[in-house]
Amino acid sequence: MRQGIAETVSVPVRKQVFRAQGITRVYRTGTVEVRALRGVDLALNEHEMVVLLGASGSGKSTLLNILGGLDLPTEGRVFFRDRELTRASDAQLTAFRRDHVGFVFQFYNLVPSLTARENVALVTEIARNPMTPEEALDRVGLAPRMDHFPAELSGGEQQRVAIARAIAKRPDVLLCDEPTGALDSKTGIQVLEALYEVNRDLGTATVLITHNAGIQRIAHRVVVLADGQITRDEVNATRVLPSEVSW
Amino acid sequence: MRALDRKMLRDLRRIWAQTLAIALVLGCGIMVLVGAQATQRTLEQSQAAYYERHRFADVFAGVTRAPASVVQAAAQIDGVAQAEGRIGFNAVLDIDGMQEPAMGRVISLPADGPALNLPVLRRGRLPAPDRPQEVAVSEPFAEVHGLVPGSRFRGVLNGQLREMQVTGWVLSPEFIYAMPPGAIMPDDRRFGLIWMNESAAAAAMDMGGAVNEIALRLTRDADERAVIAALDRLLDAYGGTGAHGRDRQVSHAFLDGELQQLGAMAAFLPPIFLIVAAFLVNMVLGRMIALERAQIGLMKAVGYGRAQIAGHYLKLAMLIGVVGIALGWGFGWWIAEAMIGLYGDFFRFPFIIRDFGAGALVISAVLGLATVALGGLRAVWASLKLPPAEAMQPPAPPQYARGRLDRALTLIRLRQTTMMIFRSIIRWPGRAAITLFGVSASVALLVMSYFMFDAVERLGESVFEQANRQQVTLMLARAQNERAVNDALTLPGVRMAEGAYAMPARLVNGHRSRLTALQGHYPDAQLARLIDDAGVVIDLPAEGLVLPQMLARALEIGAGDMLRVEMLAPPREVLDLPVAAVIAQGLGQEAHIAAPALFAAMRTAPQVNMIHLMIDPDRMADLNSAIKETPAVASLANWAEVRRQFDATLSENLLTMVAIYTLIGVLIAIGVVYNAARIQLSERSYELASLRVLGFSRGEVGFVLVGEIMLLTLVAIPIGWVLGYGLAQGLAAAMSTDLMQIPFHITRRTFALAALAVFLAALGSVLMVRRRLDRVDLAMALKARE
Ligand SMILES: Nc1ncnc2c1ncn2[C@@H]1O[C@H](COP(=O)(O)OP(=O)(O)O)[C@@H](O)[C@H]1O
Ligand SMILES: [Mg+2]
Repeated sequence: MRQGIAETVSVPVRKQVFRAQGITRVYRTGTVEVRALRGVDLALNEHEMVVLLGASGSGKSTLLNILGGLDLPTEGRVFFRDRELTRASDAQLTAFRRDHVGFVFQFYNLVPSLTARENVALVTEIARNPMTPEEALDRVGLAPRMDHFPAELSGGEQQRVAIARAIAKRPDVLLCDEPTGALDSKTGIQVLEALYEVNRDLGTATVLITHNAGIQRIAHRVVVLADGQITRDEVNATRVLPSEVSW
Repeated sequence: MRALDRKMLRDLRRIWAQTLAIALVLGCGIMVLVGAQATQRTLEQSQAAYYERHRFADVFAGVTRAPASVVQAAAQIDGVAQAEGRIGFNAVLDIDGMQEPAMGRVISLPADGPALNLPVLRRGRLPAPDRPQEVAVSEPFAEVHGLVPGSRFRGVLNGQLREMQVTGWVLSPEFIYAMPPGAIMPDDRRFGLIWMNESAAAAAMDMGGAVNEIALRLTRDADERAVIAALDRLLDAYGGTGAHGRDRQVSHAFLDGELQQLGAMAAFLPPIFLIVAAFLVNMVLGRMIALERAQIGLMKAVGYGRAQIAGHYLKLAMLIGVVGIALGWGFGWWIAEAMIGLYGDFFRFPFIIRDFGAGALVISAVLGLATVALGGLRAVWASLKLPPAEAMQPPAPPQYARGRLDRALTLIRLRQTTMMIFRSIIRWPGRAAITLFGVSASVALLVMSYFMFDAVERLGESVFEQANRQQVTLMLARAQNERAVNDALTLPGVRMAEGAYAMPARLVNGHRSRLTALQGHYPDAQLARLIDDAGVVIDLPAEGLVLPQMLARALEIGAGDMLRVEMLAPPREVLDLPVAAVIAQGLGQEAHIAAPALFAAMRTAPQVNMIHLMIDPDRMADLNSAIKETPAVASLANWAEVRRQFDATLSENLLTMVAIYTLIGVLIAIGVVYNAARIQLSERSYELASLRVLGFSRGEVGFVLVGEIMLLTLVAIPIGWVLGYGLAQGLAAAMSTDLMQIPFHITRRTFALAALAVFLAALGSVLMVRRRLDRVDLAMALKARE
């Protein structure tokens, strides 16, 4: 990727949401050093749905967490619009996550002691211009099961609650780390449909991590990571609907 | 309600047992603080108000006989606000339904009403001035014997049998603690106070126009020592037995001693309980919140700030703290009520002024909240510092190291489940240390609590079984020739008789002086012996005095020094005697001397005024009736009865206290162990469930959990013994007063009971948690991880 500032300015229609420049992330545990990312450059445009593919351990989650302000790179810079996240304080990162980012994780990470509606409310209560929890849940087709606790919901339903929770604040970007990883094909497709519709209807820029290559066809663009480096970055000529994905 | 608050309430409900366990541990610490403070303050306030409202005197003096005009003279002494004279004497009483004689202390009521030491009328009325047979009696004595107004009883007053009629029940600030002469504790059945018209008392004792007791109330700025010296000079000519302040007034001295001990306990025990509780709560709450790290990570991920998250857990911790404080206050109040009730059996107050000590409430609340807040924040902080992405991951598998200890364990070829226990302890030494500390702290608290029982038992043993082996002591009306001992042998049922001589005395060393008694011991005494704290019988040296340590210290005197002994009863001699030895004797306050040496110094023939008896217990009744008819005997002390009372009191009061402390110690053990086990279960549920999946039985898997905690408990017990030993030593020092030195001696029973109670509490708690292990959903436990 060779995206300089000049280029960014010259494409006014497709504004960039994220821009990562030469990011490297090294984990140290004891004496072991793991280089999870080695000099990654990436830009994410508005309204875009990007699928991030790669083998397990290739650094996908690390990249996503850095984009979402959950983690900081060891080297390199990350911009959200014109703000540099790599220079932000903890409080600024917190505000950034609260106002602009929605997360969906593989293991849902719902608060077990809160109902579906309350899990969404957890976020809407601190967001600036949120939808109601009911509206968010309705979007993912879970309005009828609003008052159930996580333990009373299936995996797919729990993941859709997590999506509702992520979109309820009307985020600028939606970052999803293997949201279908723990699901079977049928429920997985339901979850993908929810994400697809959010991207289509609300125009939320979405990054979707998966190691299921079949899913890449629903994206505008596909980025492939291998061993901490981007090996492929292509725009899909044609997209398919989630229901047409072969699992 | 905000979603976060709802989460908190639901979390609290889910872990209610853990929450309650933590709150209980905290509550225990607070309960002891609040309870002890409230008891002490209430008794102190009640005492102060009672003294004030009923004009308790400041200075007391006895004389053989003085003209009533001496009271006027005493009132003139600089610093005296008010003076009162009266007649007081002992009487042997014959009460219906009571085989043995009771002891009475008769007190005269001035014709125009008492001005000091005002009796509190509880029932009926005071004797009418023109009815000499009418008397008011002390309430506890009247209650025991059912002496209602109108009842009659007989007494030997100055050698004459007289009938008296009860008009009312009375309490007095002078006799809050009513000790019979020569006894070591109050005895409501065998000792009564009798208020009688002055004219009747004077007639009975041939004391017309005379008094033998003087009480003074001082002005605010009076110099008590100067007043006492002046009064002593004034009364010297009338056979003064030494004026003294409240500090030597029996009831006041005992009440004060008790308050002092209570104060020492309130200052010593509660901080230990509270610190232990605070520490445990801090640790346990910390572990509990540490388990929430994934949720903390999530909250950070969705945009909650540090302050908000910390605030959330702070609220949770505070809520637990508030529950603990409420429990502590409630139980503290209850314990104070119970203690005040117990004290009410000994200390007779007409009213109780409750003071729950706002200070203790505030301190305990602040400490309680600070404790939970710190514990909570410390844990939240650790999770907050993690990047949210990492916090949401389950913690990385712990790194088990193969240290030297591990290799040693491998060598002895333990079962793999046993290895898991050892590895887990080695891997999380911090967690093991918390459990270890908590359990050993409860053992230590129990050792300290049971030690009090040991101490009192030991005191009783040394008083009753070693020092005083006589069953009965006869107090003679006046000193007699040694032959009286032989006469006593002719009394019915007497098997052995032994004479002794005791005399009230003032010991003076320069400007230091002490009112006490001088005991003359005859050689080869077998019944009443001088015993030191180690239980060794002291053979009195042929010359000179033997003083207990505390008395010697108070007089700043040592072996070899000369001590002036002023006898305060006829023959009222002043002797200068060498101090031959100082002995370790906790309960003793008296000076001892060999009788031959004493009478040689007095240049008189040997005398006795007490006779100790061994008797045939079956003939006690005959002895009692013979003594009722022997005027030479002023009173009788039945040691078997005293012992019985002592044991009854011991079992009643002390057992209540011991039960309370056991409860507290056990609650702390439960709080620690239950939480430790629950945290273990959550942290290792994956591991334990994996074992089940691999085909281990429930019992085998449970063993990993139960085994680790019980192993830690077993290690903690000896540590607790050592800690408890130290605490008990501190407690003994803190509770020793001028009147009583607490002997430091811990029985094996105490160590064993403390260990057993804690062991059972730990086992019960961990088994309760083990039951949850059976309910763990294997599939869920395994799925919870990648
Ligand atoms: N917190 C961490 N500590 C140490 N190593 C980590 C940590 N997180 C990820 N890694 C390592 O970084 C590499 C990339 O991890 P990750 O980004 O999670 O990969 P992916 O999501 O593509 O499977 C892996 O080798 C992983 O073991
Ligand atoms: Mg990943």
